[in-house]
Amino acid sequence: MNSTDPEKLMTLPKKKFKFWNLIWVIIFIGGLFISTGVTKTSLGAFFSNFGQFADIFLQMLHPNWAYLGAVIPLLLETIKMAVLGTVIGSVLAFIYALLIARNIVKNKTVTGILRVIMNIIRTIPDLLLGAIFVAIVGIGPVAGILALAICTFGIVVKLFYEAIETIDPGPIEALTAVGANKLQIIVFAVLPQVITYFISYCLYAFEINVRASTVLGYIGAGGIGLYLQQTLQVFDYAKTGTIIIVIILVVVLIDYISSKSREALMN
Amino acid sequence: MDTTMKKLPPKPIEWKKRILHWAIAIITVFLIIWSCTGIDFGGIKETAGQIAGAIFTGIFNPDWSYIYNGTGEDLVSQLWETVCIAFLGTFISAIISLPFAFWAAHTKHKKWYLSRLGKIVLAVIRSFPEIVLALMFIKAVGPGSAAGVLALGFHSVGMLAKLFSEAIENLDDGPNEAVTAAGGSKMNIIMFSILPNLMPALISNTLYRFDVSIRSASILGLVGAGGIGYPLIIALQYRQWNRVGIILLGIIVMVIVIDAISGWIRKKLV
Repeated sequence: MNSTDPEKLMTLPKKKFKFWNLIWVIIFIGGLFISTGVTKTSLGAFFSNFGQFADIFLQMLHPNWAYLGAVIPLLLETIKMAVLGTVIGSVLAFIYALLIARNIVKNKTVTGILRVIMNIIRTIPDLLLGAIFVAIVGIGPVAGILALAICTFGIVVKLFYEAIETIDPGPIEALTAVGANKLQIIVFAVLPQVITYFISYCLYAFEINVRASTVLGYIGAGGIGLYLQQTLQVFDYAKTGTIIIVIILVVVLIDYISSKSREALMN
Repeated sequence: MDTTMKKLPPKPIEWKKRILHWAIAIITVFLIIWSCTGIDFGGIKETAGQIAGAIFTGIFNPDWSYIYNGTGEDLVSQLWETVCIAFLGTFISAIISLPFAFWAAHTKHKKWYLSRLGKIVLAVIRSFPEIVLALMFIKAVGPGSAAGVLALGFHSVGMLAKLFSEAIENLDDGPNEAVTAAGGSKMNIIMFSILPNLMPALISNTLYRFDVSIRSASILGLVGAGGIGYPLIIALQYRQWNRVGIILLGIIVMVIVIDAISGWIRKKLV
């Protein structure tokens, strides 16, 4: 056989076999079987009970608009919680990010320890924080605000310190050369370069907070989630539907406004 | 010698910009003040410090008998269940996301409103509270981790399909044209140009979503959809503060380990 063999030209070239790909596929399929076993998931059970699922969904699609009057005040409380959580969290994040940026604080041990603490705080999900704060400070919006503040802190501090570390070192050196102290360096060399990023990250955290705050009430941490829990407990899905539609509208609207203003900010 | 200091010229003032900035600042301040009204800050329990202290002691003095005892009710088994929920849920959502992604990617349609509609549908799915979805699935398949898997599988579509569609929009047209020029069919284009180019982005986005799913899966237990959230809420209700501490520690370790593994895989891919 030579290379001009028409048989050979008609077939596609063989791909090189990669050993590691096979291993990954085996791990992956094994994982699927194990996790199906552990969670006892069966799609059959889901499809045979699909009627019930669809029934709830249909009831939600016929919202009870008379309930809207009761929903609005708690909705406002939800937004207030999100605003306060964002403000508290981002103020803390602002200070903390300056402390862990390696081009401002030169001591590697200090930044290292503070970064480990930051990474630990970032791992805890928002609702778990909410549940813990409800246990600590009691039922009410304060627990929600504290949970949101810590979440915001986790989001903003990581993005912001990375932004600080990528700034142009020129202005810092110039200010050091004329004998400025740490505070002056931060105010005149660092902040002008990163402040728009900071505002943008705060808006981004606000979007996430609005989303998170709508369900915090479910576990007693204030806001509209309280009614979500009450209506679901008495199986009043028409009212649940009203709440969910309001939540989706507010979340999508705030997302839209916030992402547009972030775009405007960056230009 | 001329010792008088030279003065810098004053900064030019852009009135339009300045007024805009002040307006935004004033609105923001008003928003924050408005937020402080009507919220009762006085409702903090006196025992708050004590409870927080008890949770912290739990983290540093863990109850070792709870970590693993082989009954399936211990910390390690519950964490393992959480990981499994996240894994299966992410897998289901990755499969559902693919058609949605092609729907929402604007480069795949001639008509702009089709992809816009797809994006709106994805935004609605994203905004539908995960907990409510979990409760609906609990009604359908009963309480337990199966409900968690399904809730996660459907909820993640909103975010995953958005990331996928962005990856599709970023695809280069060149390879498709090359395959067509060599006489390839539509099927060949998908096999040899679209899939190989898309695969790294798909896997990396799915891994990222897996990280997020781990956190979500540990929440779902709060409503009875399986995973570590359930023992946590029980421990909070029975005021077993040191158990709360050890569960928290378990979640933190789990999330850090999973993040490290998926970060390592993603690095190998790129």
